[in-house]
Amino acid sequence: MSVFGEVPQAAPVAVFKLSQDFNNDQCPDKVNLGVGAYRTDEGQPWILPVVKKVEKIIVQDEKLNHEYLPILGLPEFRSAASKIALGDDSPAIQENRVGAVQCLGGTGALKMGAEFLRRFYNGNNNTKTPVYVSAPTWENHNAVFANAGFEDVRPYKYWDAEKRGLDLAGFLGDLESCPQHSIFVLHACAHNPTGTDPTQEQWKQIAEVMMCRLKQNIVFLSGFRSGSLEKDAWAVRYFVSMGFEMFCAQSFSKNFGLYNERVGNLTIVARDVDNLKRVLSQMEKIVRTTWSNPPSQGARIVAATLNSPELFAEWKDNVKTMADRVLLMRAQLKAKLQALGTPGTWDHITEQIGMFSFTGLNPKQVEYMVKEKHIYLMASGRINMCGLTSKNINYVAESIHDTVTMVQ
Amino acid sequence: MSRPSSGRGETRVKRTGCAGGHLPALDDARASSPEARLLSAFRRDAQHASKVYLGGREYYSEDGKTFELPLVGKIKRQLSADPTFCPEYPSPLGLTEFTRRATEVALGENSRAAVESRVLGVQTPSFTAAVRLGAELLRHWTDVSAAWCGPVYLSSPCDDSLAGIFQAAGIRDIRQYYYWDEQQRCICLEKLLEDLERAPERSVVVLSASAHYPTGADLTQNQWAVITQLMTRRRLLPFLLLPAQALCFGDLKRDAWPVQHCASQGMELLCAQSFSHCFGLYGEAVGHLVCVLKQNSLLLSVKSQAVKLVRSLWAQPSAGGAHVVATVLSNPAHLVECQGEVRRIVERCMLIRDILREKLRLLGTPGCWDHLTQQSGLYCCTGLNDQQVEFLSKRRHVYLLPSGCLNVSAINGHNLKYISESIHLALTTSP
Repeated sequence: MSVFGEVPQAAPVAVFKLSQDFNNDQCPDKVNLGVGAYRTDEGQPWILPVVKKVEKIIVQDEKLNHEYLPILGLPEFRSAASKIALGDDSPAIQENRVGAVQCLGGTGALKMGAEFLRRFYNGNNNTKTPVYVSAPTWENHNAVFANAGFEDVRPYKYWDAEKRGLDLAGFLGDLESCPQHSIFVLHACAHNPTGTDPTQEQWKQIAEVMMCRLKQNIVFLSGFRSGSLEKDAWAVRYFVSMGFEMFCAQSFSKNFGLYNERVGNLTIVARDVDNLKRVLSQMEKIVRTTWSNPPSQGARIVAATLNSPELFAEWKDNVKTMADRVLLMRAQLKAKLQALGTPGTWDHITEQIGMFSFTGLNPKQVEYMVKEKHIYLMASGRINMCGLTSKNINYVAESIHDTVTMVQ
Repeated sequence: MSRPSSGRGETRVKRTGCAGGHLPALDDARASSPEARLLSAFRRDAQHASKVYLGGREYYSEDGKTFELPLVGKIKRQLSADPTFCPEYPSPLGLTEFTRRATEVALGENSRAAVESRVLGVQTPSFTAAVRLGAELLRHWTDVSAAWCGPVYLSSPCDDSLAGIFQAAGIRDIRQYYYWDEQQRCICLEKLLEDLERAPERSVVVLSASAHYPTGADLTQNQWAVITQLMTRRRLLPFLLLPAQALCFGDLKRDAWPVQHCASQGMELLCAQSFSHCFGLYGEAVGHLVCVLKQNSLLLSVKSQAVKLVRSLWAQPSAGGAHVVATVLSNPAHLVECQGEVRRIVERCMLIRDILREKLRLLGTPGCWDHLTQQSGLYCCTGLNDQQVEFLSKRRHVYLLPSGCLNVSAINGHNLKYISESIHLALTTSP
């Protein structure tokens, strides 16, 4: 008799199932707009030239230390990663109250932050502390916090489906009425899945309410870089300048194309040096019981790149290549939809930023796209702009047009 | 004897005022593990030129450094030049070729369990991560209706992080079973069996398959036969540890014999593996979890739940090291070369044990030191007590793990004389 005798089948992870269905589809015109990874105009994954260069250097390095990395990760990676988020001249860094933990991708960083907060945020046991995630949000946010022991994960208003934009009033309303000591997970930029970010003015309003309302003002920013480093990090830096303590979960999967090496960083902005020291000591314990020592390959690549002015410039250029292609696809898609006279407004496609766009297609329309047009996108209507290429954009635009006119 | 684990207790959190709010004050003293404190003390010990740290986790070569197997370096360069290599998100369960080979190396080729599709293999970011995933699977999915919550039995002594891993997964009831006898300086099977006999049904027993950490003392095949019989009768689930596969006998498959034995007895089991040591891939974090089920009808469900758990832990494992391992394991010529390199490591460790024992004999150090050569793997339990271990670190600047265990590979031509003399002094100098 098996100890696992009563294990129920779990629902498949939606985005993986989508990719699987796409792979099994025999239609030659099929398009995959599902998974969140960059693709070139040829529809291929892209190894950043600077990454290829650095990898070669590393692999030839005879003097490389082959030991386990320290539990908190590669020091030169951690500091460089935090600097990217907070800025070289960040007063918090200068005041020595910024620390970091190298993690297994953005998910690993979230996990570490969540585990810490459950243990120490407000007393010893935060299983009942409410954790607010945006509505909608990356679906794994719910799983990570739930699995870390938080029993009360709730949505805060974010996306206004009718306006196809940010529901600021709703957002602020939820902030005003949330229980004290709540934890808020904010997307610093390029919101997943909507691609819709608060403007700087809106961020200021959000921060103001948080400052007044949340007694323990820790926020949790989930960062992703999309274009200009400074612009993308504006929200994070603003919050730091307002005196917030925070965790910032960073991923280098997309902006370095290092999806498979799992490079993430949890930046910690604490009140003071002493506080930081104690937080890091507890983080070590948490890391020790999860993966113990993080993998070195990806961190070495990122550290080498960020710490060399030449390579850093080259990297920014590579990132711009990716960002520009995404912008081009956005512009072209909107233009084509408008030219076709597709009902509805399509400005949101160019107003949103990052890799993802919330098209506004409803579940029935999404189903039509998948079944009839062999265009695979998430049930939420989210598409990955990188799935668009000069070869398939006409087909996709026409398909959206058909779908919106045929299916309500 | 079932003493509760003497793990660190709950950290008390002191709140020091909330004006403006800040992270609660944390009790520093209990934050680090004994191992971390040891390393910290060693680092601060700036005064002594001959200071030696014998508590490390990696294999050190004669020059005191970790190294990469030449074959591994070669393969890494090959892989980096491979134009077909694709930077995709790997599956949450890891690289298929890696999990296939890793499972094979644990269970043997064409094992009945694998042929009957009763085996799940999951690549993890490290050995610790493999144990953690196993713990999470147990916590969430053992005995769903009966809401299982332990107990989990760990050997006494064991890796001090193990208890923490199970607790982090939400399993609070951690107990110990008798393993290392300090007086006899070997495993005491009788007491071990007594403890397991008393374990409640459905308990999980964590057993080291080979190269036990930190004692280096392993069960013989006869002892395994007796233990598995008891465990089958008492319905106890084995969770086998292979943190240093191949470092015991210099042979990947031979080190995994206990896993194969349990599987051949029709037992359900979990097995955590690491390929760090035998490939010198410490930095690249290559771990693996094998789960052998009783029925193949359960495979899909358990697999789907494993995917779900991985998603909330680290989403996907890192690819780099797994590619290297898969490349070696799937190529017979590479495998032969790799095993050759590993055998040299194992022989060196055995030689060091032998020489150390001989040195102590020549010095006339009291006691019998045969246990040094009876143990295998990277670690060895000297049998020194707390005062003697403290003497070594404080007076001789030779740092052993608190249990009196040490990493054999850290001993080399430069420090052997000093270390053996120090051990001699520890045993002959009155406190």
